[in-house]
Amino acid sequence: MVGQSLFAGSEVFSHLLNTVLADYVLNSLILMAGVGIGTVVMGVPAAWLAAMCDFPGRRWLDWGMLLPLAMPAYVIAYTYTGMLDFAGPVQTLLRELTGWSYGEYWFWDIRSHSGAIAMLVLVLYPYVYLMARATFLEQSSVSFEASRNLGYSPFRAFLKVAIPMARPAIIAGVSLALMETLADYGTVQYFGIPTFSTGIFRTFYGFGDANGAAQLASLLLLFVATLIFVERYSRRKLSYNVRAGSRAMASRIHLKGRRAWLAALACFIPFFFGFLLPAGQLLFWSLFEAQMPWSDFLSLSWNSFYLAGLAALIAIILATLLAYTQRFNPSKLIKQASQFAALGYALPGTIIAIGVLAPLVFVDQTLLAFSDRFGLGISGLIFSGTLFAVLFAYTVRFLAVALGSIQSGLGQISPSLDEAAKGMGRSPYQVLRQIHAPLMKSSLLTALLVVFVDVLKELPATLMLRPFDFNTLAVRAFELASDERLIEAAPPSLMIVAVGLVPVLLLNRAISRHKH
Amino acid sequence: MSIASNTPPSAYLSIENAYAGYAAESVVNGVTLNIQQGELICLLGPSGCGKSSLLRCIAGFHALYSGRILLGDKHLDDGKTQLPPEQRNIGMVFQDIALFPHLSVTENIQFGLFEWPRKEAKERSKQLLTMIGLQSMGQRYPHELSGGQQQRVALARALAAKPDLLLLDEPFSGLDAALRDELIPDIVDLLKQEQITTLMVSHDQAEAFAFADRVAVMNQGRLEQISLPDAIYYEPKSRFVAEFIGEGEFITAQYVDHHHVNSLFGQSRSTTDINETPCNKELFIRPDDVEIVEHSKVVAQVESKRFRGGQSLLSVTLEDGQSLAVTCHAVKAPSVGDTIYLALKQHRFLVTDDPSKIEPKNEAS
Repeated sequence: MVGQSLFAGSEVFSHLLNTVLADYVLNSLILMAGVGIGTVVMGVPAAWLAAMCDFPGRRWLDWGMLLPLAMPAYVIAYTYTGMLDFAGPVQTLLRELTGWSYGEYWFWDIRSHSGAIAMLVLVLYPYVYLMARATFLEQSSVSFEASRNLGYSPFRAFLKVAIPMARPAIIAGVSLALMETLADYGTVQYFGIPTFSTGIFRTFYGFGDANGAAQLASLLLLFVATLIFVERYSRRKLSYNVRAGSRAMASRIHLKGRRAWLAALACFIPFFFGFLLPAGQLLFWSLFEAQMPWSDFLSLSWNSFYLAGLAALIAIILATLLAYTQRFNPSKLIKQASQFAALGYALPGTIIAIGVLAPLVFVDQTLLAFSDRFGLGISGLIFSGTLFAVLFAYTVRFLAVALGSIQSGLGQISPSLDEAAKGMGRSPYQVLRQIHAPLMKSSLLTALLVVFVDVLKELPATLMLRPFDFNTLAVRAFELASDERLIEAAPPSLMIVAVGLVPVLLLNRAISRHKH
Repeated sequence: MSIASNTPPSAYLSIENAYAGYAAESVVNGVTLNIQQGELICLLGPSGCGKSSLLRCIAGFHALYSGRILLGDKHLDDGKTQLPPEQRNIGMVFQDIALFPHLSVTENIQFGLFEWPRKEAKERSKQLLTMIGLQSMGQRYPHELSGGQQQRVALARALAAKPDLLLLDEPFSGLDAALRDELIPDIVDLLKQEQITTLMVSHDQAEAFAFADRVAVMNQGRLEQISLPDAIYYEPKSRFVAEFIGEGEFITAQYVDHHHVNSLFGQSRSTTDINETPCNKELFIRPDDVEIVEHSKVVAQVESKRFRGGQSLLSVTLEDGQSLAVTCHAVKAPSVGDTIYLALKQHRFLVTDDPSKIEPKNEAS
């Protein structure tokens, strides 16, 4: 794709450059700034409270604050639009209470930059929250006590020690959130904000210009690469800051009275607006108002589930092969290859779609020419026009997730375990079956599940690559919402959210197990 | 706070009948301890004896149930109200050092000087860097330092704001023995020079003896004994202290009067007052309290021998079947199976009740 953009001149691109490119860049930057600030404001204090203090409801708020991870940004965007737009319940109630009519009052327009930022912040703050909470817990109370001992009040210690020590973690969390912001297609498209990802889509479909789209995508890639660099650099720095120390004495600050309620409120707000309210609204619409025929809903679910299941299987098979190759041949080349494969997750779906499409179209065209010449009777686009393209894109995008989980699982099986088993006369196959299979089971399952859910939520690549008339839950929900049939979009959205909850709950279980 | 101070005028830190604990269990059970200005004291005890909890109460990270802690004329804790840790002006070196990883050495040392004029803070940190011998390392970060260097920086940081009291929580437990032996005399010199009242917590007696003016032995939340290091060793006041510090064996003895008992070795004087009942007593004898002589009425047989460089430690069986440990010069050591004669080198010993005749006491948890 980068090659395509470098070598192919495009008139559309120069046109873009003259007209809307500045808009794309500016809008993307505005969104990134807003999301960056918003996720920090929402995630960091809540993380500190959850890690260091004790207040009523802390345990379940700690868990509840992760739930927005299950909410795709485009789903929350049109749910809030349905609630807050002119005909929605909030404004209707306002008019009934005050007697105002259209145009007589000012109301926040959710279809704006601030609206898009708010939606993205509500579902992306958990990245910052998770990273920050983990470091606050690891900093343990020792550094906090050390600063109290050196004359710092609790609040001052939070500002001067806890935050600066957690800075690399916060930056890493924000970079993840910003990558998602750049990758987001559904929200900005729905709100009509032209950014890179909508631009790529429009150039590709509107102008039918693959080269122009690829050039835009390369530019976007530059943004993403910067974020990847920042994220990895921060993680490296973080490893200095976190030392395994004794946390035996860690005692939480017990908040009482008004402070306790304020703390609970600070943690409840993200959970409420990020999950409870929109999920409740979706549930209400699905149960009482939506009129989607069951057959439609079932066929959408079936499409989504088998596509996601297939993609997850492919991803874990490839990831397992990669991980084992790396284990048995720890060469630098293979290490770099798997690191490179891991980059896919950082790439926006639109970029991947473009990158996947170009070579597949080329292969298809060659095949067609070949078939014409030899009369093989092949017709149609075998690769680019079928589910093959979709699955290929999913694999590129989500291989990293599977690889991460499997590598960490494999990392816990020390090579001396293999050697011990071999020493007791087991063949390599028996080692694999008797030692590795039981030990790897849970990480394989986790990988399978996470890829499954990610595929289920994926929108832009599916939208661009799917075969004609092939719909998934995500695509259909987005289409219905774009047609302002918000209520009809609720059942498929709710399904996505419900399935999306599973890995979040797993994640939470893994975290709390890690704590004990 | 309006509690009349009735501590002895010379006591600087005074802990009066302190009780503290965590939800279910009481960990500090009525400790009274007075420390003079400029003294180095070590709280010594097995893990779980409450010494760290007591230290945390003094630092202000944990509250007393009852009793009180005074520093000078400042009430730190009276069982009801606690002075927040940041208002106590107490320096502390934590067990896992707890240097701030994101700050340089100089920034770590200056961390507590945020209310000082910038120039003075700078001078103070320079002075401390010189004192700990790390003049050239001010710009480094903690992860670039060795364990011993980190320890020194942690000490400098705790001392920077001229604290009224310094607390050391097992500060040498992360270091290897050689480094520790090198570091302790330096630190003692520095603290003496600066005349800093210091309370250290340790489970290692060698560390305690090398460091402290006086050693306070704690067990099960109580103070067992506070004395000079040699008195802790040679004149333990309780069975626990005797067994916890150094080596030694108990042999049976019979009550004579409030100060004397009779044993195989004849009459010995007790370091403590003894009561009449139960009349079965035990005498605590350290390996170096006994010597091998040409002839005496105490006959023993050598069961095993351990070479300890310069000295050998013999395990011997006495005529009546009791066992005893004896040290002797390695070159002159008898062989296993030899019959030898023993005599006591000194005359004052710890005498306790025979534990088989009284209720079993819970040993250190």
